[in-house]
Amino acid sequence: MPEQSQAVRFEEIALPHLSAAYNLARWLVRNDHDAEDVVQEAYLRAFKYFGGYRGGEGRTWLLTIVRNSCYSWLQRNRARELTDSIDETQEDLALEFANPELLLLQHADAQMVRAALAELPIEFREVMVMRELEELSYKEIATIADLPIGTVMSRLARGRKRLHSLLTTRMGSETKGGVA
Amino acid sequence: MTCQDTGLLIHALADGELDLVNSIEIEEHLQDCRSCAQAQENIRGLRSLMKDQSLRFTPAANFEKRLRSAVRREAKEKSMPQAPWWRWSMAAASLVVVVVAVWALVVVLNRPSSDAEIAQEVVSGHVRSLMAQHLTDVPSSDQHTVKPWFDGKLDFSPPVKDLGPQGFDLKGGRLDYIENRPVAAIVYQRRQHLINVFVWPANSNSKSIAQASVRQGYNLIRWTNSGMDWWAISDLNLAELQEFVQLLQN
Repeated sequence: MPEQSQAVRFEEIALPHLSAAYNLARWLVRNDHDAEDVVQEAYLRAFKYFGGYRGGEGRTWLLTIVRNSCYSWLQRNRARELTDSIDETQEDLALEFANPELLLLQHADAQMVRAALAELPIEFREVMVMRELEELSYKEIATIADLPIGTVMSRLARGRKRLHSLLTTRMGSETKGGVA
Repeated sequence: MTCQDTGLLIHALADGELDLVNSIEIEEHLQDCRSCAQAQENIRGLRSLMKDQSLRFTPAANFEKRLRSAVRREAKEKSMPQAPWWRWSMAAASLVVVVVAVWALVVVLNRPSSDAEIAQEVVSGHVRSLMAQHLTDVPSSDQHTVKPWFDGKLDFSPPVKDLGPQGFDLKGGRLDYIENRPVAAIVYQRRQHLINVFVWPANSNSKSIAQASVRQGYNLIRWTNSGMDWWAISDLNLAELQEFVQLLQN
């Protein structure tokens, strides 16, 4: 049956990227159950449009659909998280990044990094996850998030700066025994 | 190059996304500018913190399997012939929804199970037979007692072989239930190890060679011949189970 062999071909292309798809969705919707729902919805959607898939990078193709599914899910269920849109104007990135807090940072553990990353606005969070955890290139991120490369770069830079300052603030308050 | 220019480029450099000309220029600048050099160090530090694999979320162990069956279900539904009019006709929509829902349900129920699902049912059947003290419905070491016992209980006649001389004692037969249909379970024993052989008519007439797998610590071997699907399962070691399967096939 053609539909069955199409399912097999689809699985060959889409299932190897399941862990990337799940990781992205999990970071965007921020809980296990919803992430599973969204990923399943995305895969079924991807399968539906699989006829239009013309080869090329399967991961980028799939993650684009996963990200879109996440956004429409958030729109339906937690629209509030999408409304605080960020200000895209440039800041002086280099200078503000220059605090000598590096030594402090080395003592941050994964749990702290995770908590801080989860706190970032979604626009920063998603580029950070795609770049740092999935190790996607700027170009791939630009395709998936449908953004110009320049915007990917500036979001990444600002996301890093925010993450860095969140972490150093926490490390600072922890070493002084204070409360963040 | 000034500090102003490096703002984003310094990130691109850390990400290995900067072209050669810009890389050389920025590296020159970093040698002269302490604060940009510090920023570069901070970015590196942050990046190495985020290399921690525990930051990635991994899907639940059975999620891939669930996803796969959702896709298969979808594929099955897609392959049903669709009359083009109902898609567009709002008038008949409600009736059609009902028809399609029932149709889909029938499709789902009739869907041939995948090997993995059958394997799981075979393991469950085997474990159940050992746990519930319900190994056999007809305890007998005589193939001429076991085989006729299935008559009238199944719509097929399972082949039953006496392999006692080869060291696999026939213990009896039992009705079991796999893939939504009653099947024959024939029980053999070698030393302390019980072997369940599940047999039912195959969907097609093709033959397939024996394929072995391991599930929950049990060895499974499946094959198709003489129009039957066969699954043998046991805690017996694979080599002896293969020997057993060969004897059954001969």
